[in-house]
Amino acid sequence: MTLSIAGASFKRPSVLPGFAPAIGVTLVYLTLIVLLPLAALILKASGLGFGGLWAVATQPRVLAALKTTFGISLAAALIDVLFGAIVAWTLTRYRFPGRRLVDALVDLPFALPTAVAGIALASLYAPNGWLGAPLAAIGVKIAFTRWGILVALTFVGLPFVVRTVQPLIEELEREVEEVSATLGATRWRTVRRVLLPPLVPALLTGLALAFARGVGEYGSVIFIAGNIAYVSEIAPLLIVVKLEEYDYAGATAIAAIMLVISFVMLLTINLIQAWSRRRVSHV
Amino acid sequence: MSERTIAARAADFATESVGARALLIAVSIAFLSLFLFLPLAIVFAQAFAHGIGAYFAAFVDPDARAAIALTLTIAVVAVPLNAAFGVAAAWAIAKFEFVGKNVLTTLIDLPFSVSPVVAGLVFVLVFGAQGVLGSWVAAHGLRIIFAPTGIVLATLFVTFPFVARELIPLMQQQGVAEEEAALTLGAGGLRAFFTVTLPNVRWALLYGVLLCNARAMGEFGAVSVVSGHIRGLTNTIPLQVEILYNEYNIVAAFALASLLALLALVTLALKAYLEWRIVGAVAHGRAR
Repeated sequence: MTLSIAGASFKRPSVLPGFAPAIGVTLVYLTLIVLLPLAALILKASGLGFGGLWAVATQPRVLAALKTTFGISLAAALIDVLFGAIVAWTLTRYRFPGRRLVDALVDLPFALPTAVAGIALASLYAPNGWLGAPLAAIGVKIAFTRWGILVALTFVGLPFVVRTVQPLIEELEREVEEVSATLGATRWRTVRRVLLPPLVPALLTGLALAFARGVGEYGSVIFIAGNIAYVSEIAPLLIVVKLEEYDYAGATAIAAIMLVISFVMLLTINLIQAWSRRRVSHV
Repeated sequence: MSERTIAARAADFATESVGARALLIAVSIAFLSLFLFLPLAIVFAQAFAHGIGAYFAAFVDPDARAAIALTLTIAVVAVPLNAAFGVAAAWAIAKFEFVGKNVLTTLIDLPFSVSPVVAGLVFVLVFGAQGVLGSWVAAHGLRIIFAPTGIVLATLFVTFPFVARELIPLMQQQGVAEEEAALTLGAGGLRAFFTVTLPNVRWALLYGVLLCNARAMGEFGAVSVVSGHIRGLTNTIPLQVEILYNEYNIVAAFALASLLALLALVTLALKAYLEWRIVGAVAHGRAR
């Protein structure tokens, strides 16, 4: 009873029972599994001090890995936005044989374990693979180069864009397009001026989600990347390398840097969504 | 002439030409083939590259069997825990109004924005030899890092949000009217929960459990950091796949990988089915 009296100030009264045990279980479990372990990372990182973190972050090998991770993740997310928008449009607007099967398979990168995706992409794009062999014949090398990282990150990011944009395309009102056409706009002009603007927030959210996923990705990348220091080494792999060398300070510092950037990304995604909600309610 | 032909002509102008449509479909299918369909196909092609006998021989290996057993054990421990948490969190967040709800929702989603490698690292920093609780763990003769316990913890972390984030939006949409009616009619809180709330969200719950399970069995990065890769003891299926692949034991690697790929395909098929049921449940909730 004391709990409900003390809690009255932060919880609106309700006739439904069970709030206290439910919120209690939630908070205890969240703290034990997620918050305390993350706090340990913050504690260890703050033990290094800002100078210590900066010293690790500016090591040439770490800097190269961070640049590789963030640069290629952004490139992959942009590819995903372009092709993800086309795929979402095709799946929503057109009817063709196998559409529902294709639609279900778009989620494959969510469901397929990253290690399986990694070895599959590596075999596919290796110089003797189904796609790698013809590409090698024309002098293009994908697997075991930076291009391989791009392929893997494009794979993991695609469903984020498609699944963010698809519901909005479904909600577009056909009448607006018909009005635009009736008023004499060409189809391309209608697409650019009428259809694309309401999709922009969803495309940006998809971009941010795909980018955030790409930055943290490990399993699907390491098999196809070649993992050459300064060239094709991603930041998560460098954390593993530092751990194997018992360089806990180094691993902690890179992890802390990545965590800070992840939080900024999370905040950005929330802001984009708040902004798009405001925009929609305005219209 | 008639109204219908005019409307039909307007609709023609309000869509792409046949050529543009064909081009967009072709681009979509080509892109998805390069990045999705061919990688999926090559898993099975490589697994059966030396025939069915070689495929099944891969599962006779005791290390492979130990990996399968460990993966199943991890899922059996981790998935029910996260499902129970998900239901509790959804009950508190969807059915009540309280201060700090948005912060709590964001914190629940937090593990999705943490790199799997970092998720593994945080447990090394807590329970490892140099960790915050490292000396306490050693003094009590416990083994957490490089042991199945650490793998369970890392798996709990990465699969933490799956069930909660499926349940919360649906339970919010369904509101509290049905539970209030049950209470008015004399049902106790638990009875209202088990006869009203749970049946209303059963498909979403199953869907969340399914996604949680797929990730728990397939997690690689986080588990790789805490496992120590001890053959027969701390190797899950994905870790065993990595070892076999790096030893150029391609058929065995892809044979084990094909189990996980099958799990992914079953998950996607059930997901498609359950999404159809959830749409039904939402429509049902709105109709009330």
